[in-house]
Amino acid sequence: MSQLPNFLIQASAIDMSFGGRKVLSHGEAKVAKGEIVTLIGPNGAGKTTMVRIMLGLQMPDKGTVIRCPDLRVGYMPQRLNIDPSLPIDVLRFLSLGLSRGDAGHGLRSAALKEAGVDHVAHSPIQQISGGELQRVLLARALLRNPDLLVLDEPVQGVDVSGQAELYGLIRKIRDHRGCGVLMVSHDLHMVMAATDHVICLNQHVCCAGHPEIVSRDPEFVALFGESVAAELGIYHHDHDHEHDVHGDVISHNHDDHHHSHDHGHDHG
Amino acid sequence: MGMTMVDDFLVRALLAGCAVAVVAGPLGAFVVWRRMAYFGATLSHAALLGIALGLLAGIHVMLGVMAVSIVVALLMGVRHWRQNNDMLSEDTLLGILAHGSLALGLVVVAFLDDVRFDLNAYLFGDILAVTSSDLYWLYGGGAGVALILIYIWRPLLSATVHEELSIVEGVPVHTLRLVYMLVLAGVVALAMKVVGVLLVTSLLIIPAAAARPLSSTPEQMGVLASVCGCLSVTGGLWGSANYDTPSGPSIVVAALVLFMVARLIAGIRRSA
Repeated sequence: MSQLPNFLIQASAIDMSFGGRKVLSHGEAKVAKGEIVTLIGPNGAGKTTMVRIMLGLQMPDKGTVIRCPDLRVGYMPQRLNIDPSLPIDVLRFLSLGLSRGDAGHGLRSAALKEAGVDHVAHSPIQQISGGELQRVLLARALLRNPDLLVLDEPVQGVDVSGQAELYGLIRKIRDHRGCGVLMVSHDLHMVMAATDHVICLNQHVCCAGHPEIVSRDPEFVALFGESVAAELGIYHHDHDHEHDVHGDVISHNHDDHHHSHDHGHDHG
Repeated sequence: MGMTMVDDFLVRALLAGCAVAVVAGPLGAFVVWRRMAYFGATLSHAALLGIALGLLAGIHVMLGVMAVSIVVALLMGVRHWRQNNDMLSEDTLLGILAHGSLALGLVVVAFLDDVRFDLNAYLFGDILAVTSSDLYWLYGGGAGVALILIYIWRPLLSATVHEELSIVEGVPVHTLRLVYMLVLAGVVALAMKVVGVLLVTSLLIIPAAAARPLSSTPEQMGVLASVCGCLSVTGGLWGSANYDTPSGPSIVVAALVLFMVARLIAGIRRSA
């Protein structure tokens, strides 16, 4: 299969089921250098499974994952659950991701600074806050100098202002390092603004593309409800058509049964 | 009696106990960090079956124990590798393995009518009967375990902290777990002589737990666990010689006292 020169990873025709329950059917995703790709979808849509398959943590029933040769992956897992009996501080935790030779103190401090958490360097890792932990995990992923950064629900347990900051940071890292980013998320609002390419999953790929286009896609609207879709569409007012709750296209002159937009309402 | 009785057998007991305690310390730290205390207990219960089979086959009991422990480690390793495709939890399976093999061991023992068999010595340890040839076994085995542990320390620590992160970073997590289980099986076989199969787990987890509040790095905890283990062996043997108490349980009681003292120190430090 021929690939573009900036290609990093591609998963094609992924099928996966657990105990007879189909989780993914014909899943597709690819990431290019310098591109932020976000997988969105409701709970149980197979987002995390897709990422695990792309990381090589899980073998799919069917389908292929192609990586560019010597791809360095920095992975930020959804959570970290270290037993409190293990005495380990943040700097030591970071060193575990490096080979023996590169475990220099300076590198690790720099990564913590880039992630904005250099103040927790000497704290026991079990005692830092959820938001700090996410950034420490990000620092560990960055330390590997990755071509591809994979983030599973990166803003989990982070408050709203912290979420915007964290997405901003991920963008900044991409701009600065030129790495590709693959994210999983189910909070739509901020992710839409921080993404180049959205893949909407619900067992199968419902729709994919630029966030603006996806937020107008009938399948997306059907999945997340019209009010959410409309809210996400705030920044584009050039609708040429609307969708009803079932995702069917309805024309503008049938505005009489069109729902009012519920701005400021949080989805979830 | 008392302290004047520094006889050969007591010196041998001390040497044997410390050899086991030194390797049981850091290995036990991993048992604590990975929440594998029940796995350790299962290995030690299964050890009795190993002893019985060893005697039945006419080979060194330690080889019998190793063989059975390896089978248990492999069974649990395969289960983990297949990623929980089993209806029964690990906890339940370990319980079945532990008590099933202990019972089977006791049944097999009943067939050994012509062998002089001191069940108590195996259940609770017989460190005062350690011979010079036992010492060779203990120091050879202990050195082997220590070398393997030093070699796998760093990746094993990484896998203990976050298994999937380690896999993505290229650590051979499944192989490491298997090696770790096998090494643990080896230490159970070695420690059996010191405290007996029923108390082996205590020698792994109590010194490590005692070291925890006094440590701020994983390595510190491993070394301190070794030190606590050696102190427990020394204290237990001293008590055993002075008060004529059973040696294995005395060592565990000494470890328990150390553990409580460490907790107390930590508590005082925190409130100060």
